[in-house]
Amino acid sequence: MSKIASHLLYEYGKKLEAKPGRDGFGTALIELGRESTDVVVFDADLAKSTRTEWFWKEFPERFFDAGIAEQNMLCMCAGMARVGLIPFAATYGVFVAGRAWDQIRTTVCYTDLNVKIAGAHAGISVGPDGATHQALEDIALTRVLPNMTVLSPTDFEETRKAVHAAAALCGPVYIRFGREPTPVITGVDSPFEIGRAQVYREGSDVAIIATGPMVTPALDAAEELALEGIDARVINVHTIKPLDADLIAQAAAETGAIVTAEEHQVMAGFGGAVAEVVVQRCPVPMRFIGIQDRFGESGEPDELMEVFGLLPRDIKAAVHEVLKAK
Amino acid sequence: MDTKPVAELRRIANHVRRHVLEMINAAGSGHPGGSLSAADFTTALYYNHLSFKVDDPEWEGRDRVFWSKGHVAPLIYTIMSEVGYFDNEVLCTLRQLGSPLQGHPSADRCRGLEVSSGSLGQGLSVAVGTALGLRLKGSDARVYAIMGDGEQQEGQIWEAVMAGAHYRLDNLCAVLDLNRLQIDGFTSEVMNIDPITLKYQAFNWHVVEIDGHDMAQCLDAFEEAEGHKGGPTVIVANTVKGKGVSFMENVAGWHGKAPSDEELAAALGELEEEAKAL
Repeated sequence: MSKIASHLLYEYGKKLEAKPGRDGFGTALIELGRESTDVVVFDADLAKSTRTEWFWKEFPERFFDAGIAEQNMLCMCAGMARVGLIPFAATYGVFVAGRAWDQIRTTVCYTDLNVKIAGAHAGISVGPDGATHQALEDIALTRVLPNMTVLSPTDFEETRKAVHAAAALCGPVYIRFGREPTPVITGVDSPFEIGRAQVYREGSDVAIIATGPMVTPALDAAEELALEGIDARVINVHTIKPLDADLIAQAAAETGAIVTAEEHQVMAGFGGAVAEVVVQRCPVPMRFIGIQDRFGESGEPDELMEVFGLLPRDIKAAVHEVLKAK
Repeated sequence: MDTKPVAELRRIANHVRRHVLEMINAAGSGHPGGSLSAADFTTALYYNHLSFKVDDPEWEGRDRVFWSKGHVAPLIYTIMSEVGYFDNEVLCTLRQLGSPLQGHPSADRCRGLEVSSGSLGQGLSVAVGTALGLRLKGSDARVYAIMGDGEQQEGQIWEAVMAGAHYRLDNLCAVLDLNRLQIDGFTSEVMNIDPITLKYQAFNWHVVEIDGHDMAQCLDAFEEAEGHKGGPTVIVANTVKGKGVSFMENVAGWHGKAPSDEELAAALGELEEEAKAL
């Protein structure tokens, strides 16, 4: 009998429809725009790429192109929030979490304003544009800020839900999502609640705790490990802050070994966030799959996932290693 | 609105200056120079131009003021206390642990502030977004941004200047406190911002240049800004850093230094003399 959560569309080896996370973002914005006239959308000259163009076409009076001026965009959104509107600011993750960080910190988070920040083109899988456009630090930069909620949904459908949940929450939210189509593994009925991580595969030997598009390779790795007699639990952590510490501590206690997986620097990133919980609540051996303190580079997404060690085989190797330390 | 005559506004501004210095002396640190240079137009704005309700700081119809130069917190708190947002007694807690009056404005802790500020160059952008948002909501409330001249060196200011003109925000009025000094010296020597009025004009802003210590000119300028249609206005207020206290005037060292008890007594003496003459 399958150990995979029944609400998932995922099945090992099954060809699933692939859609980009950014399409989930663009779809949700249109839905929100229809629900409420308070939703306004800003972009910084990347409306086609981030999919805010879809909102722009339907609601031109509520779309604002800030031009290539991200710092001004974030502060304009702060002003919009101050008059009771619900602004979304979208651009590539590097240009918002990096370039406009002080604006996010001081004006948005310190005042605790209701600004939603979308970091598109997150991760190495951005591909040929190379290191300047691959956001590999945005989780670290945003999760360190008080009042901030950080979301890292796994696929198209979950991104759509995350954007709706972000709009319903009062306060600053950062949502990261990728450029490339990835398998849609969650269904319309898959539960999504900010702050609640989910067990996607039951298992008792080791826990693979993944975020964003790394959940699917984690599930593949777990299914392949099962053939070797290793029973791996897989957890999808779509909310990096506030982190579901209870579910992580429980996984540590019940499995005794953890591997994290992210398309981001492991230093100060998602793996670091999980480790902060594990060392305090239930110390167990850990290994970290992610970018290992280097910049990205140009290449096709699948080539980059291989070169940077983000494939199921890399997760399996990390599991073998962590089990030896158990 | 219940407005006040010029003579009374001058007396209030004098009173505000004294409070500012007392607060900074009690705190042992703070920013007197820019607080004193901005005191006159701030008094004109709060008493004769702004619509607000102190018992309902979030009133939708209020005019909004964004203090981009957040370091003049002593001036901000004093004027807010004078118009009734909070009790005078709170002023002596400036910069103390647990005080609503943080060293730089914290909207989370102090009622009546629109946003937290202190990292320079951001306030005009927030004002632009607010003005745009108010227009979208059909509000006729006005938006003000108070800027320093040193912060004109921040690139983000010019992003916001471009946006304010692009959106033709005639509900937006910026005030530039042109006191010619910043921490490291004269702006002309540190990093020259001139020709500043030409720059704003080149960005399609309506520019009103005034003597920022002439109360009548301050009032007229706000009036002119309100009447100007089709785009934003900047009031370029020529001011003197440390205005009102002879030994503080035009001295960069008084940007962020507290007066000692003796210096405070001397400063208050000068301001009392001035008050008698008003």
